[in-house]
Amino acid sequence: MTDIQIGSEIPALELAPISRYTLALFAGASGDHNPIHIDSDFAKAAGMPDVFAHGMLSMAYLGRMLTNWQPQAKLKKFSNKFAAITQLQDVVTCSGKVVELLEQEGKILARCEIQAAKASGEQTLVGEALVEV
Amino acid sequence: MIDKKFIGHEFEPFSTTIEKGRLKFFAKAIGETNPIYFNEEAAKAEGHKSVLAPPTFPFTLSLESDDPFPVVTALKLEIGRILHGSQDFEYFAPIYAGDEITVSSKIVDIFDKKGGALEFVALQYSFTNQDDELVATSTNTLVYRNG
Repeated sequence: MTDIQIGSEIPALELAPISRYTLALFAGASGDHNPIHIDSDFAKAAGMPDVFAHGMLSMAYLGRMLTNWQPQAKLKKFSNKFAAITQLQDVVTCSGKVVELLEQEGKILARCEIQAAKASGEQTLVGEALVEV
Repeated sequence: MIDKKFIGHEFEPFSTTIEKGRLKFFAKAIGETNPIYFNEEAAKAEGHKSVLAPPTFPFTLSLESDDPFPVVTALKLEIGRILHGSQDFEYFAPIYAGDEITVSSKIVDIFDKKGGALEFVALQYSFTNQDDELVATSTNTLVYRNG
């Protein structure tokens, strides 16, 4: 794994447009049955334009990007802020790169900046991962 | 305003068994294509004990108590006004199908911004397996929209 250096890019992951079907499946599978993600009437009554994606769906996509890149056992920390709401039909792309190599308890860890963004470039999730090198 | 007396409030710990079928469903829902996340033979061929839970799965475990959103109940929140502000995970050991995970959680902070227009509730979780091994911790911040 010596090929991981500062500036190394994590192969990006581009997702299909977010659909109601995607949200229904994720609600069931994730156990997050908050109706704001699956019931348009409820979402509108709560002041939102329509149902919108679970933040944790996009974070799961970031997780896929990370484990596509390195085995999951190497992932030590994974965090993000939810910066913007992901709406229906948004095309989310996950990307990231190594910004620092640090030593912790005798291990080398790559600190990676990671993000999910819409096709417009607007960031929806902004975060960080620590991956053992 | 959310009563700050709930800072430090601990929720009742609970245990949940990781079902293989649930992991397969979760993998489908997030479009996962690596079979170690949904096929036991593939997972074993790569040296895993069973199907592997993906990195964000502990969040799903946190929703497996009889009341999926105990914080909503305790703080008398309206679920339609809640947004997810941030989420952190730290990992110590893998979680596999068949594991029995005990989830403990508490409210660690309550604060507001924009003159109370937005309130925040920070929660901390720990996930321990059947061998009393701490496998992961997480924190998340909920955002509550007022008006």
